[in-house]
Amino acid sequence: MTKIRSLASVALLGVLVGVAPVRAQEVSPDQLVKTVTLDVVDLIAKDKEIRAGNRAKLVELIDAKVLPHFNFNAMTALALGQSWNKATPEQKKRLTEEFRTLLVRTYASALAAYSEQKFDFRPLRAKPTDTDVTVQVRVLQPGTQPVPIDYSMEKTASGWKVYDVMVGGVSLVANYRTEFNNVVRESGIDGLVKNLNAKNRGGLEAPAAPAAKK
Amino acid sequence: MTARIAAAALVAVLAGCASTAQRDPRDPFEPLNRGIYRFNDKVDVAIAQPVARTYRRAVPGEIRDRVRNFFGNIGDFFIGVNNFLQGKFEDGVSDWARVAFNTTVGLLGIHDVATDMGYEKHNEDFGQTFGRWGAGPGPYLVLPLLGSSDLRDGIGTGIDVYTDPLGEVRPYHLQYGLWAVRFTQLRADLLDASRILEEAALDKYVFQRDAYLQRRRSLVYDGHPPREKEPDEDKGADDDKDKKPR
Repeated sequence: MTKIRSLASVALLGVLVGVAPVRAQEVSPDQLVKTVTLDVVDLIAKDKEIRAGNRAKLVELIDAKVLPHFNFNAMTALALGQSWNKATPEQKKRLTEEFRTLLVRTYASALAAYSEQKFDFRPLRAKPTDTDVTVQVRVLQPGTQPVPIDYSMEKTASGWKVYDVMVGGVSLVANYRTEFNNVVRESGIDGLVKNLNAKNRGGLEAPAAPAAKK
Repeated sequence: MTARIAAAALVAVLAGCASTAQRDPRDPFEPLNRGIYRFNDKVDVAIAQPVARTYRRAVPGEIRDRVRNFFGNIGDFFIGVNNFLQGKFEDGVSDWARVAFNTTVGLLGIHDVATDMGYEKHNEDFGQTFGRWGAGPGPYLVLPLLGSSDLRDGIGTGIDVYTDPLGEVRPYHLQYGLWAVRFTQLRADLLDASRILEEAALDKYVFQRDAYLQRRRSLVYDGHPPREKEPDEDKGADDDKDKKPR
């Protein structure tokens, strides 16, 4: 059993290393989304432990493969809206860390639900000079309308970075804005950090009990 | 007109509980909505989720696909009607072509052959049609058992249900059985989504409300909603209204 496990992780490592050398700057944003999506899905399909529900390992995989392509600073700033400007550098740092953890967990939940749906990668409609683009992917499932996933991406010095994800027309960043601002209004930015931290420590496996609303 | 009467009635009923400060302008009935939300959540946890989970465990995916297709086919007829009402004739014709092919070649809809032929399934309902005609969402509402809605979509849902071909099915016990299967399938398909919601949200009520409003706005414009005001402007305007007295 341990042998299989270490074999699997060696295989995983091999795949990771094999893909890593692609220079981020040279890759177009739609190509990047396609490569990363197919890689991740492929890795999950090959990994018995992840498919058996090993959430920690799934988080590790997301950390390694997906996170480098996200700009969490921008995401947190957008989700906070006006309150971002009132935060100290230290608060900004902690907020970004907590929000990042929360998003990874959410992303892991979404990936865990993946079951061999097909993807339709839409051609990018942008000029070569554009530095802010939307990459569209559709998840196809028999008998239902395809679910569109739109990645808002910005060109940075270290390649294209995602700063928002829209699933079925729902912007993740915008969806957190009201929640975050409610908490900030009630208990300040430190209150939000505390709140996020408590949520994140609610355990990886068990979903947090619904908070009693006062 | 109907909308206005319903709105007036609703305002009269709910006026009593609209007093707390810092109310989201899109959700003037938040306290009542939260009450109904809690009730729905209890019913969901106690009945709907266990039934849906058992269904998903007991019935193979292949068969669940057939069930989903069967009810999807029934829905396609009025999806077509709504596309016509919105002036999207090509889409409407495509929806009716789906019904024609899936009902016959697809054996009463259990096989979605139309998708393979290039007729994509659409998502339309009367709420979206009203939105397309220019109706705003109105206040956000949580309907008992049905969940997230708003004034426009609530009225739309009423018409959706009233016109649903399933309502013609007799005897009644067969009709109710079909509704039950349809809701079970629907809930089973949403099990993953609700788990993700648990994971993502600090306040499930707020998260779900905002997602619903965003989603519906996107659907009204078929995935291409006009750009909204900058969120900061928007928020700023609302906040100012609340804060000025101080």
